[in-house]
Amino acid sequence: MKKQNTFIVAAAVTAAVIAAFWLLLAAPSYTGNAINMTQGVTTQSAINYQLHMTVLWVCVVIGVIVFSAMFSSIVLHRKSRDHEAAQFSHSTGAEIIWTIIPILILVVIAIPATKALVNMEVAPETEMTVKITGFQWRWKYQYVEDDIQFISSLDAVSNAARRLASGTNPRSVDNYLLEVDHPLVLPANTKIKFLITADDVIHSWWVPALGWKRDAIPGFINEAWTEILEPGTYRGQCAELCGKDHGFMPIVLKVLPKAEYRQWVQQQKTHMVTQQADIERLWSREELMKLGENVYASQCAACHQSDGMGLAPAFPALAGSSVANGPVSEHIDIVLNGRDGTAMHALGNMLSAADIAATLTYTRNAFGNTSGDVVQPRTIYRIKNG
Amino acid sequence: MSNENTHKHAHAHDHHDDKPTGFLNRWLFTTNHKDIGTLYLILALVMFFVGGAMAMIIRAELFMPGLQLVEPDFFNQMTTMHALIMVFGAVMPAWVGFANWMIPMMIGAPDMALPRLNNWSFWILPFAFTMLASTLFMDSGGPAAGWTLYPPLSLQGGQSFAFVVFSIHMMGISSIMGAINVIATILNMRAPGMGLLRMPLFVWTWLITAFLLIAVMPVLAGAVTMLLTDHFFATSFFNAAGGGDPVMFQHIFWFFGHPEVYILILPAFGVVSEIIPTFARKPLFGYSAMVYATASIAFLSFIVWAHHMFTVGMPLTGELFFMYATMLIAIPTGVKVFNWVSTMWKGSMTFETPMLFAIGFVVLFTIGGLSGLMLAIASVDLQYHDTYFVVAHFHYVLVPGSVFALMAGTYYWLPKWTGHMYSEKWGKIHFWLSAISVNILFFPQHYLGLAGMPRRIPDYSTQFADFNMISSIGGFIFGASQLIFLGVIIHCVYKSRVKAPGRVWEGAKGLEWTLSSPPPYHSFNTPPVIDSTTVAHAEGTH
Ligand code: HEM
Ligand SMILES: [Cu+2]
Ligand SMILES: [Cu+2]
Repeated sequence: MKKQNTFIVAAAVTAAVIAAFWLLLAAPSYTGNAINMTQGVTTQSAINYQLHMTVLWVCVVIGVIVFSAMFSSIVLHRKSRDHEAAQFSHSTGAEIIWTIIPILILVVIAIPATKALVNMEVAPETEMTVKITGFQWRWKYQYVEDDIQFISSLDAVSNAARRLASGTNPRSVDNYLLEVDHPLVLPANTKIKFLITADDVIHSWWVPALGWKRDAIPGFINEAWTEILEPGTYRGQCAELCGKDHGFMPIVLKVLPKAEYRQWVQQQKTHMVTQQADIERLWSREELMKLGENVYASQCAACHQSDGMGLAPAFPALAGSSVANGPVSEHIDIVLNGRDGTAMHALGNMLSAADIAATLTYTRNAFGNTSGDVVQPRTIYRIKNG
Repeated sequence: MSNENTHKHAHAHDHHDDKPTGFLNRWLFTTNHKDIGTLYLILALVMFFVGGAMAMIIRAELFMPGLQLVEPDFFNQMTTMHALIMVFGAVMPAWVGFANWMIPMMIGAPDMALPRLNNWSFWILPFAFTMLASTLFMDSGGPAAGWTLYPPLSLQGGQSFAFVVFSIHMMGISSIMGAINVIATILNMRAPGMGLLRMPLFVWTWLITAFLLIAVMPVLAGAVTMLLTDHFFATSFFNAAGGGDPVMFQHIFWFFGHPEVYILILPAFGVVSEIIPTFARKPLFGYSAMVYATASIAFLSFIVWAHHMFTVGMPLTGELFFMYATMLIAIPTGVKVFNWVSTMWKGSMTFETPMLFAIGFVVLFTIGGLSGLMLAIASVDLQYHDTYFVVAHFHYVLVPGSVFALMAGTYYWLPKWTGHMYSEKWGKIHFWLSAISVNILFFPQHYLGLAGMPRRIPDYSTQFADFNMISSIGGFIFGASQLIFLGVIIHCVYKSRVKAPGRVWEGAKGLEWTLSSPPPYHSFNTPPVIDSTTVAHAEGTH
C-alpha cells in the first residue's frame, strides 16, 4: 500500500511538471519570449512553418498514443495491485501492424517534405543578385548589378555592452546583439539570388524570417534565393561556430518597397562618387588620426584590444610592435592581405582606402608608437587597384 | 620436495578465486574482466563529473544575457571539452565497463577472450584524458572549435591542437581494442548451448556496437590526422586556398559521427531490454525483432551521415536521399519502443530504481527520437540546424537516453557487483530529482531553438532570456542531484550491510544471476548448463 502511495505521489509530481510545460505554452503572451518557429515573410518560410507544425502534430499524436499505453499499463499492471503477469512474448500480427503504420506515416510526411525541398532548392529566374561574404566576425554585402558594397558589423552600443562585466544591462540596449551598423537593404516582392561564401572559416547566414540558413564556406559559392513579401526589418545571426565572436555577428535586413529601394540605390551611388573625390585629396594628419581611432575601435580592437596591447598568445600587441614601427610597406601588406594561418585576415577588400589609410596612420602613432608616418588614402587606393 | 610442490599447486588451485595481492598487481597489471570493468566505470564516473562541471560553467554563463563569468573564447573551449569528455570519456568508457563486467557473466565465460589487450585498452585512457585536459592549461588554450572540429576553424587553434589530435588517436586505439575483445569474447567464449539467438540483448547490442566501433574509429583517426598535417605540415586536405575541401572533412567526420551516436545508444537499448522484463516479471516482447531492429539501425546509421550537413549546399538529389534514409531509421527505432511497452503490458510490475530509470529512458528517449524525425525533414532542418532545437534533441537522446540507461544498469547490477544492496530510498530520490530536472533543463531548449537562438553562443539577445534562465536552473538541480548518485554508490560499496542474494531481483533471468553476489573472481570456470531457466529471454518465440 505504502509503495503504491509513493508512486502515486511521484506520478502526481510528473503530471505537475507536464502541466507546467503546458503553462509555458502560454508564456509568449506574458513574457514576449517566442516559443515556436516564425511563419516568416517568404513562401519558403511559410511552407517550412506548415511542415514543421504537421510533423510536430504527428509526433505529438504518436507520443500520446505510446505514452498512454505505457502509463495505463504502469497503473494497471502492477504487482501491488496483484496483477498476474501474462507470459506472452510475441505477436506477429501486432508487430506487422506497428511496422506498416509507421511506414505509411513516413510516406505521408515524405510527400510534402519533398515538395518543400524542391521549392527551396530550385531557384526561379531571379531579378537581382547579392553576394554575401562571411568574415571573422562581420558580413560583407555586394550588390552585383549596382556595384555597391559594404561591411556590416555588430553596432557599437551592443558591442560595448557585451564585454565581460561591462556594467551595461543588456535589457537597456535596443535589439541587444541583433543590431548592425549597416543593414542589408533589399527590395520587397523581388526575386533575389544570394551568392554566399566566406573568406576565413565557415559561417552560416541565417535570417529566420526568410525560412532557411546557408553555410558560407571558404572556397565555395553557395546559392540561395528569396522573395520577401513584406517590407520591414528582419534580424538573424551567424549560425555556424566561427571562433570567439561567433555570437556577435548579427544580420539585419531592411526590406523597402521597390521604389524606395531604387532611391536608396541612387543615394549609395552618389555617395560613392563623393567618396572617390575624397580618396584623391590630401588628408591632414589630424583627420586621419580621428577617423583611424573610430575604425580601429570597430574593426581591430576586438582582437588587438583598444589599448593596443593585444591578447596573448593569439592576438599580438600593436603597441611597440615591430610591424607598426617598421617599414610602412610591410605594415600595409599585412593589413591589406592578412597573415596566413592566423586570425589576421585580409582587410583590403573589407574596408575603404580611407579607412585603411586612417587606421594605419593611427596605429603607427598611437599606443606610444612614434613612427610619425602619415598614410594617404590615395596611396592605399593605388596599391589596391594596381 | 616434489611433495611440497604438489601441495602448493593444490593449494593454489583450491583458491583460484584469490585476487592478486598488492595494489599495483591488483589494478595496474590486472587482466581480470571485473577489475578492468571497475576501472572503466570509475574513470567514466570521474569524467562524468569533470564534463558536468564544464556544463555547469556553460549554464552559469547562459543564466542571463550579457557576459558575466567567462570570455567567449573560454566559453568555446568549455563547450568543446564538455562534449569530447562526455562522449569519449564518460559514456563510451562506461559502456565498455559494463561490457567487461557483464558479457562474460551473461554468456557463461570465465573472463574476456583477450585479457592482456583488455588491460592495455583501459590503461591508455587515463593518459589520453590527462593529455586532453592539459591543453586547457597551455598557452594556446584547449580546443575551441566544437567537438566536430570543423576546419578551417579548428586549424586556427595553436600548438595545443597536436595534443588534442593525439589524445583522440589514443581514445580510438583503446576503443578498437575494446571492440575486438568484445567480438572475440562473444563469438568464441559462449558456454555450450548459448546459441547466438539465445544471448541476452545486452550482449547482442554490444556485439553490434563493437562492429560499429571497428568500422568508424579509424575513420575519425584519419580525419583528425589530416587536420594535424594541415595544421603542422602544410598539407591542404581541407584548405580551400591549397586546393583542399573543408566540406570533405564534414563528410568524413559525420561518416564516423552518426554511427558514433548509435555506439552511445545501442548498449543502452540492451540494458533497458534486460531491466524491463525483470521488473515486469514477463519475457521480453519480440526478442528476435529486437535483434533485427538493432542490426538494421546499425546498418542504416552508415547511410544517413549527411543529415548533419543539409545547409552546406548539397545537390537536391543528395539531400533527398539523406532525408529518406534518415526517416527510415524511425521504423526500427519505433519497433524497439513498441516492444518495450508491450513487455510492460499485462506484466506484474514493481518500480525499483532500475525500473524507474528504464521507464524514464523509454519516455524521454522517445521524445528525442521524435524530434530526430522532425530534424530529418531536410527543408525544415534549414531552420532547425545549428540551433538549440538540435541541442535539445541530442541531449534528450543522450542524457535521459544513454546516461539514464547507464544509471539504470548501475542500480540493476550494483548489488551483483558488490554483494550489497544500495539504498532504495536514495536511489528513488536520485531518480525523481534527475527525471524532473532533466526536463526543466532541456525541454525549454526546444523553444529557444525554434525562436531562433543559435547553438554555441556565449551570450544572447534578451528575447531568449527567460527560457535560458529556466534551463540553467534545471541544469543546476540536475548537476546537484548527481552527487546523490555518487553517495549511493559509495554507500553501497563501503557501508551497506544488507547482503544481496545471488538472484538479486525476483524476476531476473539470465546466467549472471546464477552466480553468487559478488560473483567469483573468474566468473565461470566450468561452463554452466544452459536451459530455459537460465536463458535471459523466453525461447520458442520466434
Ligand atoms: C530516430 C532517430 C534519430 C533521428 C531521425 C535523428 C536525426 C538527427 C538529425 C537530422 C540531426 C542533425 C540536426 C542538425 O544538425 O540540423 C541530429 C543531430 C544529432 N543527433 Fe540525432 N537522430 C536520431 C537519434 C539520435 C540518437 C539515438 C542519438 C544519440 C544517442 C542522436 C544524437 C545526435 C547528436 C549528438 C546530434 C548533434 C551532433 C552535433 O551537431 O553536434 N540522435 N539527429
Ligand atoms: Cu559564426
Ligand atoms: Cu546523425
